[in-house]
This record gives sequence, C-alpha cells and structure tokens, in this order.
Amino acid sequence: MKPCALAGFASEAPTFSSLEALPGDLSDWLVSFLPDIEWLRWLTASLLAIVLILTVFGLTFAMLTVTERKLLGRFQNRYGPNRVRVFGIRVFGFFQPFADAVKALTKEDIVPAAADKVLHLLAPVCLVAFSLLGFAVLPYGREMTLLGNLDAALLFFFAATSASELAIFMAGWSSRNKYALLSAMRALAQLISYELPLLLVAVPAVMLAGTLSLQGIVLSQADWLGGILPHWNILTPWGFAGALIFYIAALAESNRCPFDLPEGESEIIAGFLTEYSGFKYALFFMGEYFGMAALAGLGVTLFLGGWTAPCEFLQFIPSYLWFYLKLVAVVLSFMWMRATLLRLRMDQLMRLSWKFLVPLALVNLGNAAFWQFSSNWEGAWLAARWAISLAVAIVPFLLLAKTLTAGLGPRQYRYA
Amino acid sequence: MVDSLFYFFAAMMLAAALFVVVSRNPVNSAMGMILALVGVGANFFLLDAPFLGVLQILVYAGAVMVLFLFIIMLLDVDQAAKIPVPWTTVLFGLVLLAVFSGAVWWLVNGADALPTPENVSATPAALPGAENPGAFTSGAKSFGYSLFTKYMLPVQIAGFLLLIAMIGVVTLSKKQKQA
Repeated sequence: MKPCALAGFASEAPTFSSLEALPGDLSDWLVSFLPDIEWLRWLTASLLAIVLILTVFGLTFAMLTVTERKLLGRFQNRYGPNRVRVFGIRVFGFFQPFADAVKALTKEDIVPAAADKVLHLLAPVCLVAFSLLGFAVLPYGREMTLLGNLDAALLFFFAATSASELAIFMAGWSSRNKYALLSAMRALAQLISYELPLLLVAVPAVMLAGTLSLQGIVLSQADWLGGILPHWNILTPWGFAGALIFYIAALAESNRCPFDLPEGESEIIAGFLTEYSGFKYALFFMGEYFGMAALAGLGVTLFLGGWTAPCEFLQFIPSYLWFYLKLVAVVLSFMWMRATLLRLRMDQLMRLSWKFLVPLALVNLGNAAFWQFSSNWEGAWLAARWAISLAVAIVPFLLLAKTLTAGLGPRQYRYA
Repeated sequence: MVDSLFYFFAAMMLAAALFVVVSRNPVNSAMGMILALVGVGANFFLLDAPFLGVLQILVYAGAVMVLFLFIIMLLDVDQAAKIPVPWTTVLFGLVLLAVFSGAVWWLVNGADALPTPENVSATPAALPGAENPGAFTSGAKSFGYSLFTKYMLPVQIAGFLLLIAMIGVVTLSKKQKQA
C-alpha cells in the first residue's frame, strides 16, 4: 500500500496537461529541501497532502456557508449577507465567514450545569473528526487519494461517516435537555433508516466495477463513447435510478432540508444544538458541511465518474479540478433543494425510507445485475437491454409512488 | 512503529473495556465499549487486514452500538445507576474472569498454543499463491470466495438466525387484536 499517493505521479499520455501532476510535483519539490531521511520525507509528504486537503475543504466550507446564505437570500427575493468589509473592501459580503469565525471564537462557551461535561465537549470534536475521516479515501484526481488505493475504501468511508450518528447522540444526550434528547432520538432513527438505501445503492457500482476501491470504481467509468459520451454510471438506467436514491439518502444523512428534523427549529428549538454556543456550535456547523461535502464527493465518485472529464478532449483540464467542480455543483444543488422543498414530518420521513427507497434500491440491485449480465448484447438485443433496464427502473418507481401516497388525504390539524 | 502502535491500541482497548465494567452510567459504558471496538479495528489495520478492521468499526461501533444507545436513551438511566450491585453478580463476574484468564493462558502457553515464529514450519513459498483466490489475502475478494464456498453452510445458518430474530420482533411488536 502506497502511504501517500499525492507524490510521485508521472503523466504518461500526452493529452494531459502539466498541471495534472502539479500537486505531486509541488510536494516532491518541497520535500526535496529536507535532509535525505526516508521517514522524515514520507511524514512530511503525507502531512503536506493532508494539510492541502484540509485547507482546500476548510476554505470551501467557509465559502459554502456564505454562498448558501446568499443563494437562499436570492431564492427568497432578498439580499443575502453583504455588509462585512475588510480594509474598506466589500467583496459582495464574501468575508462574512471570517467575521463569523471571530465572533464564534470570542463568544462565551456556555455548558449547562447538569450536562455531562466530557461528552458535551467531545461531541462536536467527534463530529468534525469523523466527517474529515471520509476525505481520507476519496479519489481527488488521477492517482490522488490520501490513503492510497485502499481495497476497502468504500466501507472505510461508510464506517467513518456513520460514526457521526454517535456524535449527534453524544450531543443530544449530554446536554440534559428534553429537546436535545428528542432531537437525538429523531436523528438516530433518521440516520439509521437512510443509511440502508445509501449503502444498498452503492452496491451496484461496486458490482459493476468489481472492486470496493473508490479509485477502481472511478477507473471503471473512465472511458468515452465516440470521445464525447462518458461511461459514467449515471448515464445507465440503474445508475440514474441509483443516483437519485443516493441523492435523497445523502440529503437525509447530512441532515439537510427537507430532512432537517433533528434541528427542526419550529418544534424542538434547535435540537441537539440547543445547549451549544460559541465555537462548539461552529464546530457542529463545520462537521455538517464537511459531512455534506464528503457525501457529495462519494456520489460524484460512484455515479458521476469521479475525476474523469465529461468529454475526451476536455482532459486538458486537470482531473482534480473536474472532481472539485462536480462536488461543488452537487453541493449547490443541495442548497437549491433546501430553498425549494418543505420539511417532512417524522412519519413521512420513515415511510419514504423504508417503504420507498429501500425497495427501490433492492430492485436497482437486480437491475444492475441484469445490466452486467447483458453487457455483450448487440444490435436489436442492445435496444432490448435498454428497454428492459429502463422498465425495471421506472415501473417499480411508479407503483411504489402510488402506494406511498395511497389513502392519504389532506392532513387534519388536530391541535391547531 | 507498528509495535508501539499495537501496544497503544491494546492499552486503549483494555482501559476502555475496564471502564465498561466499572462505570455506573450505562451511556458512559457504551462509549467505553465503542472505544474498545475501535481499538480492535485499529489492531486489524496493523495486522494488514484493513477490510476486517473497517467491517469491525462499521458493524459494531457504527451500527450495533448505535442501537444499544438508542435503547439506553429510552430507559430511565438515573434510577438504574443507584441500584447497588448484588454480591452474586460480583462473584459470577470474578469466576468468569478466572475462566477467561485461564483460557487465554492456555492459548498462549498450552499444548495447542498459537503459532509463534519458532513453531511455524511453513515458509511463505509453501503457502497458496496469490493467483489462488482461496489463499488468504487481506482483500475483500478472498473473504467473499471463502464465505461462498467453504463456509457456505455457516453463512446460511447465520442468515436464518437473523431472519428468525426479525420474524420474532415483528410478532412481538405486532398489536394484539384483543388486548
């Protein structure tokens, strides 16, 4: 296992630009100033790669918070934050996150008297740490992952991000607050329910790539039909259905609207965040955005071809930029969803997962198996392959959607 | 490096396991157990079995312990913490401790001791090759191959056990018509 894969990549094909290997070359150049001790150079190269990823995604987090607020403002027909100025310069309010960070750092840190002090402190730290672990296995570009070509990369990712459930539980339980506890119960129920479709829908991509390694899954999609039509999983019937299910489950897993019941402000104040203030609150915020970015990165890897370019002639743009662009696009669409959809009720949330997404994900598994089985069909059989696969993707969707809403009239408001 | 990491994680595991037993607060116990399980996973990583290590963390620390916590949350924790431990429990625990210590001693020093570099005669070349999927490798493929060939029956039996448990839960939680 290569410990640090950012270093030491030599571009082979001439279609790639010299920028393709830039991070690795830069890291090699910096390390070459150090004395020639193997472990020191290895450690420095690894740390450089980690620091690079943390910086890029830390800044992305900062920019995403302000972008989200500005976008929501636009969606709701108002200006977003646009006041913060540094040295008299006001870049559309994009300095807002730095002002927010200063404010969070200088705020008083309030811990309830009855709280479990240790768990109360550990919860935000755990959330950030676990969501950052997911970044260790994502393939950022050609030959670019922090942990090398780990065989169980996909499972590692799910193990790391599923631990965020624990952090939310710790936060809700240690606060000794009824609303926080209620929210922790909601969060656990929601995260467990939606982890199932998330995992099930990742299985077909593994089946067709024949490997659990995320880099291998990307490489299985790195081809073009006639140089313009990419072999991305999303452009197959099972892949399209899978991507949709993954998108919904990822929204729920990252506690985003319309699945933000754990923080349902109108019912349970701020949920598990109620008793948090100052920088711990900021850490929760950070952890959620990191988790969202990591899940978006996994979705890009599984269905959108990871770091591969959409057309063959577009390969002159470095692979890591493609990955980043796709990731940001997915995250921005998450924000669009937040501005568009209303929050679900708890029973709707559970029904959507167990009675709709899980069966669809299981059917999708069979569909992907059929797609693999029919991979050598030609001519008229090829049309039959597409027709059968499309039918298997669409018909259960329509049938289940009918049962999902069957017998449900307009809601009766008993207490309002 | 690997040795010191092993000792670090082993010490963490033992300390966390002790904390599970000693702590009077069930949530803190559960947290200690998660830490112990993460230690087990880390040691799998050190043994060059990342697949097993990740599964350990995903299944036990991620899923099983979350369900534990979910149940604990529904209980009245403060009441349970005040009940003194009966002496029979302590006695039983001590007996179990003695039995397990004896078992570990027997595993390490007994007649059928674990293989050590001295008593292993097979050279690496004598082991099955990499092209043989039945050979032990750390990858997911060799696990899958063994599970679907040699250990097919145990896997099926385990699956049926889980199915029975699931049916049992559905039966128990189903509302009776005449209560």
